[in-house]
Amino acid sequence: MKDVIYTVESNEQLTENVYKMKLAGDTSAITAPGQFINIKIESLFLRRPISVFDCEDGAVTIIYKVVGTGTEKMAQMTKGQKLDCLTGLGNGFNTELSGNSPVVIGGGVGVPPMYYLAKKLREQNKNVTAILGFNKESEIFGEEDFKSLGVKTVVTTVDGSAGIKGFVTDGMKDIDYTYFYTCGPEPMLKAVYNASKTSGQFSFEERMGCGFGACMGCSCKTKYGNKRICKEGPVLVKEEIIW
Amino acid sequence: MVNTSVELSGITLSNPVIPASGTFGFGYEFAELYDINKLGTFSFKGTTKEPRFGNPTPRIAECTAGMINSVGLQNPGVEKVISEELPKLKKCFNKPVIANISGFSVDEYVYTCEKIDKEEQVGIIEVNISCPNVHGGGMSFGTSAKSAAEVTKAVKAVTTKPVYIKLSPNVTDITEIAKACEDAGADGISMINTLMGMRIDLKTKKPVVANKSGGFSGPAIFPVAVSMVYRTFEAVKIPIIGMGGVSTAENVIEMMLAGATAVQVGAANLADPYAGLKIVEALPEAMEKYGIKNLKDIIGGAH
Repeated sequence: MKDVIYTVESNEQLTENVYKMKLAGDTSAITAPGQFINIKIESLFLRRPISVFDCEDGAVTIIYKVVGTGTEKMAQMTKGQKLDCLTGLGNGFNTELSGNSPVVIGGGVGVPPMYYLAKKLREQNKNVTAILGFNKESEIFGEEDFKSLGVKTVVTTVDGSAGIKGFVTDGMKDIDYTYFYTCGPEPMLKAVYNASKTSGQFSFEERMGCGFGACMGCSCKTKYGNKRICKEGPVLVKEEIIW
Repeated sequence: MVNTSVELSGITLSNPVIPASGTFGFGYEFAELYDINKLGTFSFKGTTKEPRFGNPTPRIAECTAGMINSVGLQNPGVEKVISEELPKLKKCFNKPVIANISGFSVDEYVYTCEKIDKEEQVGIIEVNISCPNVHGGGMSFGTSAKSAAEVTKAVKAVTTKPVYIKLSPNVTDITEIAKACEDAGADGISMINTLMGMRIDLKTKKPVVANKSGGFSGPAIFPVAVSMVYRTFEAVKIPIIGMGGVSTAENVIEMMLAGATAVQVGAANLADPYAGLKIVEALPEAMEKYGIKNLKDIIGGAH
């Protein structure tokens, strides 16, 4: 973990309520895909935890959905503004377990962390498939980003307005994979758990106090003992999850 | 040069800044960020006889200038605290630590106190009779003078270390409870624990935290805490560790003017993990600004 003052480099609207923000500054504490940063927003007491969409030396990019006061304020931010962030939080995904043909499965704002993960898997020359689930066509983002990594990209929409009609699990039916990684709303994670044919890793969400393991606000029970979503999570392996 | 040192029951602290229980774990995780020996000391995570998972999640809700938590005393139990947590702390902290203990019966308080008493690194035992997040224990001991005194007497009988009783603000008159603890032999008072609070989610139309209510803390409660410390200072002779919304060096000075001998910092650590260190570092300058040479001299100065 590292406290970094970032400078907003860009903050663009992707869909009706989803934004992409690039932050310039020290990224040395971000060591694995699936980690998150915790953003201090002026006049709000608690920080806002947001997953990392992409990370390079000197810049981190996040994609976030406007869901409340904090993210509303973020959507108003402009180039040059400074942001106090705790970076490199959480365990992140383990890419070593993926086998040769992993699938990454993201739903809604669970899509962003899958991009940095897919990028890392591609750097290891893995044959990656991405399944990106959305409610409808107008909510789709990131599809081209995944394709540009050389990732086979499947889109599903609940209303069938684009790609395969249905849920991410409908996208999983016709593909072969050696391992899976997923992030999204909990009902989706559970559906992926039930539909999956291999082992895999799940990234969970929980309301957090501190985001770095001090307050025990986001604890969960696992088969391997109590874990803090912000510290020993947000990524849990399939075998340890208790639904 | 200003003097920031204070004394709690014979233990000299290089400064009065103490991260509060439940916001600082067992210290070693913060030691990765800064040298925690720069703090006066800290109060470790509330420890009970048995291991506890605590309450269901969500456990956290945000408020204006503060937060609600309903963690519910999650901890690995006193045996594991002693065998696993304290050895890790010892590697990064060389000051006497405050051991925060809790229980669901007088016997449980006694059990935990007896165990923790044998730990060399423990300087003060802080007895939490004020957790608003557990049923059938915790706060129920702190809302009556009689049971507060009963717990105090029972733990005092099994330890030679200074015992500070951590009081709940969720009572009609906190000074009565403080007096009862003093009469029962308490060496000091820690106050205040969190205020009962609730947030309701307008989308789901249900309470945000799973346990419905929780403990409200953060800068919003600072004036409540100052007022309670001020009144309790006039009611008891034993030292008070003041807490509740403290987030700046100026807050530390104000709390001490109200009557606190030392000051705990809670929720501020969660918003900024460096909060404790920043307050310690800002203290000398704040003292100079207000013409304070010796911090000890201002305790209760507002009376």
